[in-house]
Amino acid sequence: MADEKTLEQRLRQQGISRRGFMKFCAATASMLALPQSAVPAIAEALGKAKRPSVIWLSFQECTGCTESLTRAHLPTIESLIFDAISLDYHHTLQAAAGQAAEQAREQAMKQFHGSYLVAVDGSVPMKDGGLYSTIAGVSNLEMLRETVEGAAAVIAIGTCASYGGLPHASPNPTGAVSVEELMASGEIETRPLINVPGCPPIPVVISGVLAHYLTFGAIPELDQLKRPKSFYGDSIHDRCYRRTFYDQGKFAETFDDEGARNGWCLYKLGCKGPTTHNACATTKWNGGVSFPIESGHGCLGCSEPDFWDAGGFYQVLSEPTSPLGGAAVGAAAVGAAAGAAVAWQNLKKRDEAREAHEELTVDELEKHS
Amino acid sequence: MSGGETELLQWARGPGFVLAIAVFVFGVVLRLFEILGLGRQADLSEAREKKRGSGWQTILSRSFNFSVFNPHTALNYIVGYVFHLGLFACILLLIPHIELIRGVLGFGWPGLPTPLVDAIAVVTLLAMLVKLVDRVTSPVKRLLSTWGDYLAWLLTFLPLLSGYLAYHHLLWPYPTMLALHILSAELLLALLPFTRLMHAFTLFFARWYNGEIFSRKGVAS
Repeated sequence: MADEKTLEQRLRQQGISRRGFMKFCAATASMLALPQSAVPAIAEALGKAKRPSVIWLSFQECTGCTESLTRAHLPTIESLIFDAISLDYHHTLQAAAGQAAEQAREQAMKQFHGSYLVAVDGSVPMKDGGLYSTIAGVSNLEMLRETVEGAAAVIAIGTCASYGGLPHASPNPTGAVSVEELMASGEIETRPLINVPGCPPIPVVISGVLAHYLTFGAIPELDQLKRPKSFYGDSIHDRCYRRTFYDQGKFAETFDDEGARNGWCLYKLGCKGPTTHNACATTKWNGGVSFPIESGHGCLGCSEPDFWDAGGFYQVLSEPTSPLGGAAVGAAAVGAAAGAAVAWQNLKKRDEAREAHEELTVDELEKHS
Repeated sequence: MSGGETELLQWARGPGFVLAIAVFVFGVVLRLFEILGLGRQADLSEAREKKRGSGWQTILSRSFNFSVFNPHTALNYIVGYVFHLGLFACILLLIPHIELIRGVLGFGWPGLPTPLVDAIAVVTLLAMLVKLVDRVTSPVKRLLSTWGDYLAWLLTFLPLLSGYLAYHHLLWPYPTMLALHILSAELLLALLPFTRLMHAFTLFFARWYNGEIFSRKGVAS
């Protein structure tokens, strides 16, 4: 349950100095694209922030998002910020089980009604009454509906919660939908929603969004897919350190050629960087060590809707995704048949005109005149 | 689904492309059968002397006609060449386009650096605008122009413009602009056989035919 200690007190308890805390605030301001003058405001607001109650709902997901957010090799300030929220309900992380677990959720909802945050990872099955995923006998939709009702805001964590993700991939056997779709269709109450897509999403994006919420009491500026602009404003391609090779026309043709060894652009190996918006190329992964393209593999486009159905991972972005198959041959055959029919009609018309042609003699012409 | 533009992009890259290619192939084959099926008039009067190859010669000579020093036609020729060559360079020498061709036909060729194609695209767009202004302001050309001419201009201009805007992240987010770029190119493909753009195929027949006719010495009946 949320206690009365402020965030700064809690961080100090865990050995984080004031200097360390201020550094974090400056980094957060920079990540959120806020001016330097915002740093003291963030420090003050975050320092005084009480632990907000967070209810984390896991639906049709693989626990990769939770793994990404909690499995830091070294305890960073970001992960401590994450510790500093009151995670009142989380399947994977909570000690309680069964009825006790559900009671914790209900108690948090009652105590912090109107002020708690809901984090959702995983999509919600809608087919066949939602029987494909239930928790304590309650369908995902039902649980989300009653939890969102008293929430201050909802954070959809990961691509599944943001757009349906992998469960939504064709042919979508469970009828999986995203949180946003449920709000749009009126299945659940509409609350301020932040999508933090990625498979999995970058941990620092979550702590950044939380820091923004704690500082300003509002959600950050979002793009048309409800993603925080400060993290999802640029494409991977535009921020990629290999971009210069794309512009020069230098590409790796296979994963083991000279181009690949020289670190040239991976566009021809199916990199989806140009159409993918995320912060991988700037914040990177594993404490800033690397990101997929830096380790030699193209971007899969995991933070975009339907990335699983957007053509093969190794198919060049400009290639058509559907095979032409017999379409072109069939069209040529139909075109030839239709063309032959038109040509035959034209020839027939010419022959008819020839047959209808009457020859006149000079005498007949004179008679007419 | 929350991303309408992503759906649009996927439709453009998938079913939209197949549909456009099917209509394009159907239309081109239909028109070629129709035109070639008309045949030629039987030659009832033998020519005095037979000159072979003048059709082929005319295909070449009219493709490389540098009448740029005539002040009355200089604009037409210079801007016409700039626009057509620029268009070919943008279509055939941008690496994503080459990869598209390789994906469909199984072969490709080296491309140009992207900023160079970008510069060519700007010049081509300007050349097209000059052509349009010339067509509208010149009384004779305006009189000769039909809506089909303006449609052909628009169908050619839109893919160039949307490609330029997508590359520079202007107007709309890149995936949306890319989807519009692909859709505009698909519209061009699908309508090409049924508009004046069919000249991409017929100009060779027309030039060959003209060359053959003009080389004929004698009375044709």
